[in-house]
Amino acid sequence: MVKRFKKYEAGEGVQFMSRLAALHKLQLSLNDFRRLCILKGIYPREPKNRRKAQKGQTQIKILYHKKDINFLLHDKLIWTLRDIKIMNRRIKKADSVGDMRLKRMRINKYPQLRLDHVVKERYPTFIDAIKDLDDCLTLLFLFSTFPAIKCVTRSQTTLCRRLSVEFMHYVIASQGLRKVFVSIKGYYFQAEVKGQLVTWIVPHYYPYQPQAKSEVDFRIMANFVEFYTTMCGFVNFRLYHSLNIAYPPQFNVSIDSEESQTDETTFVSERIAALNCEIKKTNDEQFEEPEEMDLQLISNEGDSEKVKKMHEREKALKRKKNLFKGLKFFINREVPREPLVFVIRCFGGKVSWDKSCFVGSTFDEDDETITHQIVDRPSISKQYISRDYIQPQWVFDSINQGVLLPTNKYFLGVTLPPHLSPFSNAHREITEYVPPEEKALRDPNLVVQHEISDVENEDDEDGSKQTEGELNLALVNAFREENKQIRAENQVEEKGGKKIIEPESESDEEIDVTDMLEYSDDENAEVEEKELTKEQKRELAKEKMAVKSGNVFKVDTKKEKKLTEQELKLRAKMVKSRHKKLYHTLLEKRAKATKETKLLENKRRQIDETRKKVRAKKNNA
Amino acid sequence: MVPGKLKRKVIEEKSASDDKEIEKKPEESEEDEDYGSDEDLLVEINNEEQEQDGSDDNSDAESDNSDDILSFESFDSEQEGSENLQEVSSEIDAEQTSSDEYEEQEEFIDKEKAKLEEQKRLTELKAFRKKERVEQKKASELIKEQLRQPNDETLISAKTDRPTTSNDTDENGKKFIEYEDDGDTSDEEDIRNTVGNIPLHWYDDYKHIGYDWEGKKIIKPPVQDQLDTFLKKMEDPDFWRTVKDPQTGQDVVLTDEDIQIIKQIKNQKNPNVNFDSYEPWIEWFTSEVEKMPIRSIPDSKQSFLPSKTERKQVGRIVHSLKMGWKKTKAEQDKIEAEKKIPKFFMLWDSDTGRDKMRRIHDHVTAPKRALPGHAESYNPPPEYLFNDKEKQEWEDLKDEPYKRKLHYVPQKYKSLRHVPYYQNYIRERFIRCLDLYLCPRAKRMKATVQPEDLIPKLPSSKDLQPFPTTQSMVYTGHTDIVRTMSMEPMGQYFVSGSDDHTIKIWEVATGRCIKTINTKGVVRSVAWCPNPKISLIAVASDKRCLLINPHVGDIKLIAKKTDDILSDAPVIEEIENERIKTAVQWSSEIDANDYKDGVRIIINHFQEVSQVTWHGKGDYFATVMPNGLSRAVLVHQLSKRRSQTSFSKSHGMVQCVLFHPIKPCLFVASQQHIRIYDLVKQEMIKKLLPSCKWIAKIAIHPKGDNLLVSTYDKKVMWFDLDLSTKPYQTLKLHQSAVRGVAYHSRYPMFASGSDDRGVIVCHGMVYNDLLQNALIVPLKRLEFHEKVSDYGIFEVLFHSTQPWLLSSGSDYTIRLYT
Repeated sequence: MVKRFKKYEAGEGVQFMSRLAALHKLQLSLNDFRRLCILKGIYPREPKNRRKAQKGQTQIKILYHKKDINFLLHDKLIWTLRDIKIMNRRIKKADSVGDMRLKRMRINKYPQLRLDHVVKERYPTFIDAIKDLDDCLTLLFLFSTFPAIKCVTRSQTTLCRRLSVEFMHYVIASQGLRKVFVSIKGYYFQAEVKGQLVTWIVPHYYPYQPQAKSEVDFRIMANFVEFYTTMCGFVNFRLYHSLNIAYPPQFNVSIDSEESQTDETTFVSERIAALNCEIKKTNDEQFEEPEEMDLQLISNEGDSEKVKKMHEREKALKRKKNLFKGLKFFINREVPREPLVFVIRCFGGKVSWDKSCFVGSTFDEDDETITHQIVDRPSISKQYISRDYIQPQWVFDSINQGVLLPTNKYFLGVTLPPHLSPFSNAHREITEYVPPEEKALRDPNLVVQHEISDVENEDDEDGSKQTEGELNLALVNAFREENKQIRAENQVEEKGGKKIIEPESESDEEIDVTDMLEYSDDENAEVEEKELTKEQKRELAKEKMAVKSGNVFKVDTKKEKKLTEQELKLRAKMVKSRHKKLYHTLLEKRAKATKETKLLENKRRQIDETRKKVRAKKNNA
Repeated sequence: MVPGKLKRKVIEEKSASDDKEIEKKPEESEEDEDYGSDEDLLVEINNEEQEQDGSDDNSDAESDNSDDILSFESFDSEQEGSENLQEVSSEIDAEQTSSDEYEEQEEFIDKEKAKLEEQKRLTELKAFRKKERVEQKKASELIKEQLRQPNDETLISAKTDRPTTSNDTDENGKKFIEYEDDGDTSDEEDIRNTVGNIPLHWYDDYKHIGYDWEGKKIIKPPVQDQLDTFLKKMEDPDFWRTVKDPQTGQDVVLTDEDIQIIKQIKNQKNPNVNFDSYEPWIEWFTSEVEKMPIRSIPDSKQSFLPSKTERKQVGRIVHSLKMGWKKTKAEQDKIEAEKKIPKFFMLWDSDTGRDKMRRIHDHVTAPKRALPGHAESYNPPPEYLFNDKEKQEWEDLKDEPYKRKLHYVPQKYKSLRHVPYYQNYIRERFIRCLDLYLCPRAKRMKATVQPEDLIPKLPSSKDLQPFPTTQSMVYTGHTDIVRTMSMEPMGQYFVSGSDDHTIKIWEVATGRCIKTINTKGVVRSVAWCPNPKISLIAVASDKRCLLINPHVGDIKLIAKKTDDILSDAPVIEEIENERIKTAVQWSSEIDANDYKDGVRIIINHFQEVSQVTWHGKGDYFATVMPNGLSRAVLVHQLSKRRSQTSFSKSHGMVQCVLFHPIKPCLFVASQQHIRIYDLVKQEMIKKLLPSCKWIAKIAIHPKGDNLLVSTYDKKVMWFDLDLSTKPYQTLKLHQSAVRGVAYHSRYPMFASGSDDRGVIVCHGMVYNDLLQNALIVPLKRLEFHEKVSDYGIFEVLFHSTQPWLLSSGSDYTIRLYT
């Protein structure tokens, strides 16, 4: 007899299993299963056909791939979890009996989860691990600021702190930081590690607040942290060794003193102090940067544009890396130190702060060699002439821009220019709104201008710097307009001289210009006719014999546009039926984006107008 | 124990033999006095033994002495065990025995020997005493029995059997036996009355109350009445202390001592008055270290030797420590601390190399979080901040936060120090965690295309010229909807039929209406004969089909020739089918008026005729009667004036028929299908499936391989007959029902007119190469007709030679586009 084919015995029907089925198969409680999934990085899968995957059921279930569950089944962690369960029971029993000795003994024997192999499994290559470092770092930085709570032990937070500081040290040592952004959520840092961009967030102090149980489950986060600490440790280890630095790093300042266990402020300040000191290297060998070598090799082969571009980019990067080299910063006590110390050190600057307030300062405020003092208050009583008093945003903006910006916009008590996100450049769509400040930054002319103004600043520091920036802008604009005019004139002259009539010209602007010229000539002729001498008449006759200038064929752009639009509309109907939906959603998206952009533009215009009015009123007054 | 006690009692008896009448209690108190000290029971035994042994020779003082020593020993015994005590007592015993018996023996015997003997004796003694105790018990039982059946002889004889190791003599024997009983039963029992322990009311009726030792009756005292007792009470000062002895019935006067004892007991005190319960406490063992030892006994040798078991235990611990099996507390703490610090090592050998390991099947990496834009900045450009309207909107979407444009409210802070902690930070991180482990993942293709990329690449319309682009002429004159048009084969004139019962013949170039012919019925279809040698128009008007000679163009030659041909009717040889006869009648007899207008032949149908169409050669034409059921389609032959039905069965309402331009094929469009029949073989070749609801019109490409179908459900379908029975392309260019569709006979062009008043001209190139499919490009939408009622355009028509297009509409006009 032929075996009858049954539904869901092959294909998607057997590839997936629901969470409940997985729990039954693994013989774990939900909590343990969740923990195992978090540690092993197993996640539910979205089947191609949900109905088939759920064996005909239609409600949405959490589905795991069967192979994933088998993967969990064959891990030794599962046994440790079971041991933990048993040990919990035994400890509870000892506690209820009142046998404290037994309880202590059992607590000492508490099974430990070993996650080394899991890290290797989840990240077969080192680069994989770095690619996944974003979440890891963000969570570690968050946990490193946590106090000890019920599900987050002190040892866990200290470990987080240790690892995060170690990573920051690596970034300092490798000069890998690329972008910084101060958002309302925290500080975004983007660093390049082994060619991968790693972005993480450090929250503003103090991020811990008790959370509603329904909102946040710290146990889940702690499970993540449990894995991430292991992973980050291994990553740090390899990163340090790639720079020939000993791991764990040795600092001059002890970052795990006993005092810090109890006091939150010392806990923080020690961590910052550690950032400000050099770490010892294993050997003094200078490791060469392989990238440079490559470039040199390429340059020998040939000078194509690509190579040139690469060279330029490399140069810019090198300049950026040493942006603060030779500068000495002093941080006032009201300024959030941690991000600034990290950032300045990353770009080769030297930092210090008030000795009396926090540990680890390297030089005092009265040091004459200090070039910048970062202040975040409206005014300061005692000022040194030899240094710039700037607000912290200057540091961040300079880094994002890749050059030292003029300090005049960032002086004490000055209303700051907007802080722009450095991440908005990438993957930007055409329709997206670009604020005028960013446009200005992108303009290559302006960058040069900035540099010039910087020089000027150095020349006369006491000058009225606030207005200088605006003047510069106005100058630039004027210069541009001039250029435009000159260009237009040149074109006109050329055409006028040759007297060539172009029946179909390329751009509307030019046509208009030529038209104007023609008309004016005619008018002149009519006026002059009265005072004509014979010779002139002859000349005129000659002219009449000559080829006359014909009427210029005007292309009605509006009409043309309409026509093309119509045509486009018709053609849009030819989109294949399977793409029709996508096409319309894309169009909708675009329409929405353009709407957004217009909205922002309008808003900006309104704001600018009101500002102008206010300024005019002030001037009148 | 028992003999000891007995002995004691004997001695007491001796000392207190004067007052026999004394009761037990004082004796007891004496005993209490003796035992009042803290001596152990064993000490008592020894003491008594000593008394027993040395009752003859040893003085009281000696015994007291030994007593003192013993008392010390007894304290020790608590610590050193009872064995020690035994030893001491045996020593004492030995001394005494030696004093008794070994004096008589020779004195040269060695001390050691003596000791041996001693020990022997001692053991013997012990064994004997045990035996004695057992025997005594037996004896006492015997006595009890004998007392119940009093027989003195046997009692005595039994007593005499007792061994005489103790120095009791036979003289004392009787007395001994006498009190033996007393000791055996109870201390308190006074046995002067020998009746035993029976209820005394048995003797109530007798004068006596029992029997004394000699067997004489104990006579009850005379019963005193109340008066006597009262008198006695009044007179006798000792009355209150007089008590009646229930055994003998005698009155007994209690002594002062007795009363004292009673008082003491009553006050819950020790019966002995002299007993001091608050004796000063002597602390023998205090924390103070005495200079001299309290006891003179030196420490045993054992106490100086180290314990072997302890040494073993210590040794074991030391060994396990040495071997590392056991850890000290400090070591343990260190290990614990180390355990807590995770150990990291070089997990990856190289940056990109991968080991062969088990890993997650078909891993889908989690997408990274989107990077922040300008709006998230602590100091954003002013336009990003919310205005009141946006704020309101943000707040209104409180219940559906996912609908918000931004998940946070942009804020502007004057300086960095003003920036507070972000409230939702932890929550956001938590949600990210949830996403990572709970969100289903799948690999999906992400559309990075621009919408323009989805439009198929088509050649530009400029390259496909010429095609009609503008309206150049409007033909007006009809007074109702212009339903139908047809072009003269040469392209100079065209004919239009309208609901106002007329057909009009127009000149294309000038727009002049040359002729108007009233057909006396709604004109549903007109068709100009495609044969250029005949000038003839077929008109479907109501139930009639008219063949009209328009008399235009080359009137002399062609029109006349046509008239000539039509004038002489051929002889009908065949007998016509009845079925056709009832459906169609040809008639050449026409009114003079009509004839003047040009009507030459009228074919009367039994149903309303909706369409008429010519075969390419101009001899055959077909009419359609939608309600004609199986006779819906009739094919007429002009030369033979003959009609025929090709079908015996109806396939729904026939919408439209069409002759193939080259082959002898007929296309019949019902509401949803198109059937292609071979007219020669009389069979169906193909059935096309346009998958639409209602077909409006069909048109065939001049080469005959492609078919256009317009439908009332907005679609225009291009069928490639070589390709498949399904449409090669479906064009949804119109917004409402498409009523007219036409191919150009020369140019690769087709047009469709719809109720949305638009005519759409498309480029439709058919290649000779069979491998290349047709190219279809929509070119232009022409929208000039006005909308009257719900209808727009009824018919589109191409000029036969020029790239011009005509369209007739519900606004009673015909328009020309060039």
